[in-house]
Amino acid sequence: MSNPLVDMQKPDVIFCIGTNMTECHPVAATGLKKAVARGAKLIVADPRRIDLAEMSHLYLPLRVGSDTALLLGMAHVIAREGLIDDEFIKNRTTGFDDFFEHISQWTPEWAETITGVPAKDIETAAMWYGTANRGAIYYTLGITEHICGVENVQSLCNLALMTGNIGREGTGINPMRGQNNIQGAGDSGALPNNYPGFQAVTEPEYQAKFKAAYGREVDLEKGITKVTALELCGDSIHAMLIDGENTLLSDPDREHCEHALRSLEHLVVIDIFLTETAELADVVLPATAWGETDGVCTNTERRVQRMRAAVPPIGEAKPDWWIICQIAQRLGFKGFDFDAPKPIFNELCRLSPIYAGLDWERINKSEYQWPVPHKEHPGTPRLHEETFTNGRGIFSNVHYRDPAETISEAFPVWLTTGRRLQSYHTRTQTGRAQGIDYLLPEESLEINPVDIEKWDLTDGEWCKMSSARGSINIKLKATNRSPRGTVFASFSFADVPVNLLTGSGYDPVTHTAELKVCPVRLEPL
Amino acid sequence: MTHKMEIDGVEVAFSEGETILEIAQRHQKEIPTLCYDPRLESFGGCRLCIVELEGARNPVASCTTKATAGMVVRTATDTIEAYRKTLLEMVVSENREVDVSPLRGYASGELADLRDKYGVNGTSITGATSGTSKTDDDNPFILRDYELCISCYRCVRVCAEQEGDHAINVMNRGFHTQIMTEFDGLLKDSACTFCGQCIQTCPTGALADKKALRAIDEVADDTLDKTRTICPYCGVGCSVDVLTKNEKIVGIHPAMDGPANQGALCVKGQFAYDFVQHPDRLKTPLIRGEDGELHEASWEEALDRAAEGFHKVHAEHGRHSIYGIASGRAPSEAAYLMQKFIRVGFGTNYIDNCSRA
Repeated sequence: MSNPLVDMQKPDVIFCIGTNMTECHPVAATGLKKAVARGAKLIVADPRRIDLAEMSHLYLPLRVGSDTALLLGMAHVIAREGLIDDEFIKNRTTGFDDFFEHISQWTPEWAETITGVPAKDIETAAMWYGTANRGAIYYTLGITEHICGVENVQSLCNLALMTGNIGREGTGINPMRGQNNIQGAGDSGALPNNYPGFQAVTEPEYQAKFKAAYGREVDLEKGITKVTALELCGDSIHAMLIDGENTLLSDPDREHCEHALRSLEHLVVIDIFLTETAELADVVLPATAWGETDGVCTNTERRVQRMRAAVPPIGEAKPDWWIICQIAQRLGFKGFDFDAPKPIFNELCRLSPIYAGLDWERINKSEYQWPVPHKEHPGTPRLHEETFTNGRGIFSNVHYRDPAETISEAFPVWLTTGRRLQSYHTRTQTGRAQGIDYLLPEESLEINPVDIEKWDLTDGEWCKMSSARGSINIKLKATNRSPRGTVFASFSFADVPVNLLTGSGYDPVTHTAELKVCPVRLEPL
Repeated sequence: MTHKMEIDGVEVAFSEGETILEIAQRHQKEIPTLCYDPRLESFGGCRLCIVELEGARNPVASCTTKATAGMVVRTATDTIEAYRKTLLEMVVSENREVDVSPLRGYASGELADLRDKYGVNGTSITGATSGTSKTDDDNPFILRDYELCISCYRCVRVCAEQEGDHAINVMNRGFHTQIMTEFDGLLKDSACTFCGQCIQTCPTGALADKKALRAIDEVADDTLDKTRTICPYCGVGCSVDVLTKNEKIVGIHPAMDGPANQGALCVKGQFAYDFVQHPDRLKTPLIRGEDGELHEASWEEALDRAAEGFHKVHAEHGRHSIYGIASGRAPSEAAYLMQKFIRVGFGTNYIDNCSRA
């Protein structure tokens, strides 16, 4: 997030797109609700009539995968109506003239043909956001889990840059991260293109730095992403070390994924349960869980915080860091003689400019949001206040692209996937928490009542749902949350493995899977 | 812009819009409250926070009275303290019990603490108890023990003001006040999301953590410990206090001073903690045997086997044949060492985390 969570109560106009925040980030959503109660206007763009849409002042029910078209249409109106922030554009950005030219063709009427959202509503949304003193954008995986995830994000950046809605209180471009330490995993350098602290592996300066720090030659090119690695399993990838990810259930195209992992010569999984993924491993190593582990995590607003052990480990479980050190030591790797998490985190801080002012003691009270470049620095709750990381904000002349697969005679219904309030990811945790079943005992497919009749189905009964990759059986639940022609299911339940169906394509830059769009066919059982 | 006023004979500064209670608390005045939750709009229902205001005929509720320049306030005169004691006697007399387990909720001991502080023995006023417990609500999380309800409305207000859910409201007035959902039904059939905030703000334990209370019998005699940590679920990073008794996790309290949540939690963070000590947890390493099955093994065997496998693949297929996937759930030390393992061990950038799917 460019802005801190406390800023969520401060905008005049809030634009939420591709975020089911009341279910996926419920505590963050309380801030938005307070802003709305205070009088802020809420615009919600989402294919589904989610709770956030119900509380909005303007709801834009766009067709799945059409976000770029909607955002181009909004940019067109903002430019046409002269709602641009000339001062900001002149002082802080580059490429506006080309962009201005580019968006002249993408009218809201054109956007209506792609998105299904009435042109006048696109205009209203643009007018509200464009005239806001403080306009803030919030998004989640509904923006990124598309083949055009990069264009979607760039489109949001275009809106913020042309209106100067960034670098100030109550504004910003704010992606909500979905896991307790997914930000920290990236910060720590568990990425094929970056060393710790987002230092690019292709930069000679950082190559030299890590060559010296780690005492060995480094690859000068980026590594491959997980998506590519899974495709190369059995071909050029022959061993994997997976820490705490149920890849088999969370990734698209389960059959492909299972085949990939089975074709490895050596698979080591570190986890707290015998997950579907761990069941395929040659060696399974039991890690300590949350509540048993001391360590550091970083939240969606870049706040670096301490996690503390409250109970001793179960059985013989050991902390992840200990397990990795033990394997490394057996292989003769240097620099793995740690006996506690503190020196590991301190080493990360020394090598990472965004953590340079931090250490194990300084994060004790959750006070710091990175970057914290030195010990006297108070942290950075708000990014881009004076300047952008790369100097100027760059306008991107994006084009709309269709999803990897579009509906057809064979697969005439859009399936979109996501999470539910009461279950988390593949339910390895919430599925084992007493009481959660009372609220959410099983998965069901949310479908518009009209579609139930159209496809000759019965509410509450099971149906067969098929995509180009496979079929699953799923119970039907009629609801007006789903628009006609679009159905929704979460990927949480192992007995309804929705990710058997997904996997039509990936964003070519980020390799994020298009989990939000999958044409399917529904048939009675 | 700051102004000046006087509290208990001392001149203090305040800003426009501050209440007498807020200013007094900042100066370490112990003013009793029951209906006050600093996160919510002031309500002025319990009247315990009354103070003497020079020039006012009657005492005023300090939580709802905004300070003005030149005010002269006395927070603990004999008269005020006597009023407070009488109010507490009345409140205590209406409740079935006052001494409740701290496992009921974060604020559940507030009434008992004030009763003790004011030496209220509960016998000077006798009468009927108010509130009817909702015993037919079979939800596994929230006990609705309204015989302990003192009609402070904190639950109703936290649900409306903080959560924006408006799942519960008030029926009747005075002695017959009853908190209920729309149509007096089950929480499950209301707008309730089971975030548990009503439990945690309740000052008497009338709304209580059923799940935590279940652990009472098992670990009755042990002391309750608290450990501050961060919720294990989404990326918001809510601060929580894990409640433990004799090495067992028995509940979660939201951290009221958590920078990301200011006391708020959701159903997962509040109630879905027991995966940690679940019987399904992996307790020993496992190695795949020649029979194709996973078998329990010692750490030595398992780590040797893990290392040998990487060594063999490295030797046969080269350094670009090994890949690491770090967790978005484990601490940063794990992710840091995963990338170091790949970068130091094999000199490649064949490392990623689980953020792409």
